[in-house]
Amino acid sequence: MFKKLCQKAFSKSLWVYHVNVGACNGCDIEVIDVLTPYYDAERFGIKLVASPRHADVLLVCGPVTRQVVPAVKRLYDAVPDPKLVIAIGSCAVGGGIWFDSYNIVGGVDAILPVDYHIPGCPPRPEAILHGIAVALGLAEKQVAPVHLKQLPDRPESVSIKTPV
Amino acid sequence: MIGSKLKEAILCLRTGLVTLKYPFAPHPPEEDFRGYPEVDVDKCIGCGGCAAVCPSRAIMIQDIDQNTRRIVRLLERCIYCGRCAEVCPEDAITMTKQFELSSDKAREDMEVESQIFMATCQRCGRCYTPPSPVDKIMEPGFRDDEIKRGGQDSPYEPVKSAEE
Repeated sequence: MFKKLCQKAFSKSLWVYHVNVGACNGCDIEVIDVLTPYYDAERFGIKLVASPRHADVLLVCGPVTRQVVPAVKRLYDAVPDPKLVIAIGSCAVGGGIWFDSYNIVGGVDAILPVDYHIPGCPPRPEAILHGIAVALGLAEKQVAPVHLKQLPDRPESVSIKTPV
Repeated sequence: MIGSKLKEAILCLRTGLVTLKYPFAPHPPEEDFRGYPEVDVDKCIGCGGCAAVCPSRAIMIQDIDQNTRRIVRLLERCIYCGRCAEVCPEDAITMTKQFELSSDKAREDMEVESQIFMATCQRCGRCYTPPSPVDKIMEPGFRDDEIKRGGQDSPYEPVKSAEE
C-alpha cells in the first residue's frame, strides 16, 4: 500500500540524492550517465539535488563500510517522508565481492529498508532507467527466483561425461 | 550579437532528438555484453568449477544426500565477470544479454538453485568429492557449509521504515 502511494505521489517527479557508501565510483559514473541528454532521466522528473532534505529518493551505491554506517543512518533520517531507497550495483544489493569482509556491512538492506534494487557491476544506464521505470510503474520486473532440478531417470543422465 | 545566438540555436536544432527511447522501446546491448548468467541444468555435471572461480563466491555447493548436489547461486552479488561460463567444461552456463534485473526484493529474485543428480561411485556408493577433507576445505565453493549472504550477520540494527 505504501508502495502504491509512493508510485502515485512520486509519478510527477523524483528528486534524488545520490550517496556513495564505499563504492568504486563505477556505479556513480553510470548514475551520472543516466542524467546526460542521451539517456535523459529528467524526462521522468528525476533531478539530482544537493541536500538530503530536498530529496525523495536516496540512491545508494556501494557495500556499506563500517565507518559510514552512522552517517548513512543520519542521512536517511534527514530525508523527509515518504521516501524511497534505491540500491544501485551488486555491492549495494548483496555486498558484491566484499560481502563478508570485516569492514563491510554487506548490502544496504542490512541497515536501511531498501525499496528497489538494481543489480549489475556496474548496472548499465539502461538498467538504471529500467529500475526507475519499475519504481514508477512503467515496466514490469523481469527476474524471479529459479529452482532447477535434474531427474535421476532422464535418459541422458545415464551417460555422464566427466572432465578429464 | 543576436546573429551569433541565432547561429547557435540553428546549430542546436540541427542535431535533432538524441534521447534514447529506452524504457518504452527495447535497446539491446552490444555484442559482447555479459548479463544474467543462465544455467542449463541438463548440461551441468556438478563439478563445482564455477564455484571455485567465482570472485564473489556467489556460487555455493552443498551435497544434500548421497546422489544430489545442490548448487545455489546468489546472483544478487554476481559481478557478471563471466568466469563461470568460461571454465564450465560442458558450457552449461551462458551469459545472456538480460540486463533488466531491477526488482523490489533482489535477494529472493536473484537466487538460482539447481539440484544436480550425481553419479555415485560403484564401490563406495558416494558422490565424487575431493579426496580428503583438507582438500575439500581448499576448494572455495565447498568451503561454506551454510549459505552465506552479505549482511546477514551484521551487528547493526536496521532503520525501520515508516511503513512498519
